[in-house]
Amino acid sequence: MKRSPILVGYYTMVRKDFVRIIRIWSQTLLPPVITTSLYFIIFGGFIGSQVQAIQGFSYMQFIIPGIVMMSIITSAYMNTVSTFYFSKWQRTLDEQLVSPMPMWTIIAGFVTGGLVRAGLVGILVVATSLFFTHLVIHNALIIFGAAFLTALLFALAGLVNGIFAKSFDAISIVPTFVLTPLTYLGGVFYSVNQLPPFFKSLSLFNPILYMVNAFRYGFLGITDVSIATCFTVMGGLTIFFFVLTLFLFIRGAGLKQ
Amino acid sequence: MMKYSPYEQKTENAILPKSLSMKQASAINIEGVTKVYSSGTEALKGVTLAIEQGEFFGLLGPNGAGKSTLISIASGLTLKTAGTVSIAGISIDEDPDKAKSFIGLVPQEFNFNIFEKVENIVVDQAGYYGIPRAEAKVRAEKVLTQLGLWEKRNDTAQALSGGMKRRLLIARALIHDPKILLLDEPTAGVDVELRRGMWDFLRELNANGTTIVLTTHYLEEVEILCRRVAIINKGEIIEEGGVKQLISKLNYVTLLLDTAEPVLDATMVVLRELKIIKTDEHTLELTLNPGETVNDAMRKISAAGIQISNIRNSGSRLEEVFINLIQK
Repeated sequence: MKRSPILVGYYTMVRKDFVRIIRIWSQTLLPPVITTSLYFIIFGGFIGSQVQAIQGFSYMQFIIPGIVMMSIITSAYMNTVSTFYFSKWQRTLDEQLVSPMPMWTIIAGFVTGGLVRAGLVGILVVATSLFFTHLVIHNALIIFGAAFLTALLFALAGLVNGIFAKSFDAISIVPTFVLTPLTYLGGVFYSVNQLPPFFKSLSLFNPILYMVNAFRYGFLGITDVSIATCFTVMGGLTIFFFVLTLFLFIRGAGLKQ
Repeated sequence: MMKYSPYEQKTENAILPKSLSMKQASAINIEGVTKVYSSGTEALKGVTLAIEQGEFFGLLGPNGAGKSTLISIASGLTLKTAGTVSIAGISIDEDPDKAKSFIGLVPQEFNFNIFEKVENIVVDQAGYYGIPRAEAKVRAEKVLTQLGLWEKRNDTAQALSGGMKRRLLIARALIHDPKILLLDEPTAGVDVELRRGMWDFLRELNANGTTIVLTTHYLEEVEILCRRVAIINKGEIIEEGGVKQLISKLNYVTLLLDTAEPVLDATMVVLRELKIIKTDEHTLELTLNPGETVNDAMRKISAAGIQISNIRNSGSRLEEVFINLIQK
């Protein structure tokens, strides 16, 4: 059966990034495994053993979904921002821009690279967590849905960062000063119900809170916010970033002079 | 039902645009194109140009004249400010993806991943044009062999010499068998022998039907390869026509004459009716005036008692036309 040329172009981009991710596994896959292992040991093991159960689950069990989600967010974002900015900087992006691939296919190619890396990292971190606690699965569909939408959203956000970035510094500013604080304050290590009312209300403006809670609900069946709201926020932001990315690509912003 | 694909397939495997067979369409048609960069630089000021199918067209101009900008606009890498561009009759505004499928671009800068293997660079590029991997590998072997790079297929691009990198750019641009090849100074930094090999390759490609547009700093290259040329300066086309026609227009012929004996200054006085200068003891540079023949000049030189041992062409004649035009 003959494959569609657009699919061939898309497959070529994804294959190329997959091979790269695997080839440099010590930079793409190993670091999150080591970092999260330290979280599990220090927060889950040493400190968590002295923390009382949260909504019926041990502290270790409570933080694992959040930590997995944190790895997914960082991997998806960093993969697209770095591969895209490197392509732009080295001008290898021209290889795709001169080709007849539609703009949405090029976006899909970069974003899928982010999804692949986030997926691999997510699986590895969940596997690592099994050394520390047993796995509880409340709803596999919600786990997959929350992980997929979050990875998609941050892969697109990484692409937007890559489009606007004019230096290597610019691709680390957002992860350092926006993404990390939002992730840490997004209920990874605590339930927002434990916060004073003002900070709880403030936390509701943090989109990562909804992603962590939806993911945690999929594993443990507990959440601080409604699951419908979680998926509405994730879906809405994903559509927003997709439209924004497509608009920027078609306008040639940051890509074409 | 899917009506449109930018990759119209001519045969089951080859991905060749069909509409270029439409005889009435120019390969490239540029009308009133302007380009103002965000810095305010006006790179193109209403350029109009038509390049016909099967042509070997030269685009000449000094640095910053707008050659690369024009090529980048035609290949979809740079956005124009105004005007229209169509490739094989397809407007780049109305159907950019389809227009791009006709073109193979050889850029001035090396814009491949230097850490990637040579074969992968070419095979991946084929993929972006919708060519399945198995077929892309067959095409890659053919094109890399033609350009003398097959032995280097497993090397990373950074391990290649400058000349090989240039050939890799050409191989990559040819992998989808484009009907129009745009070359932006393809022989810059390439040694003479390799350059001549590249010329033969491009001539053969053109003879097989590929329209070629070439920008270069080597005017000799244009004189040897191109049938038509446009001279661009400060964003405007200042001259356009056949290469021979352009050279004959200014009727400039400059010859270098090697003399058997040293030429005395007193002898030069006798030759004052000719446009001739002594460049050293044994060399004279003769420029023929309009209407003057080589025979006329040689008779006068012979009458002055000068024995000529050798006659050479004084570099590129097109160069003189070029300098003359851009200095106007």
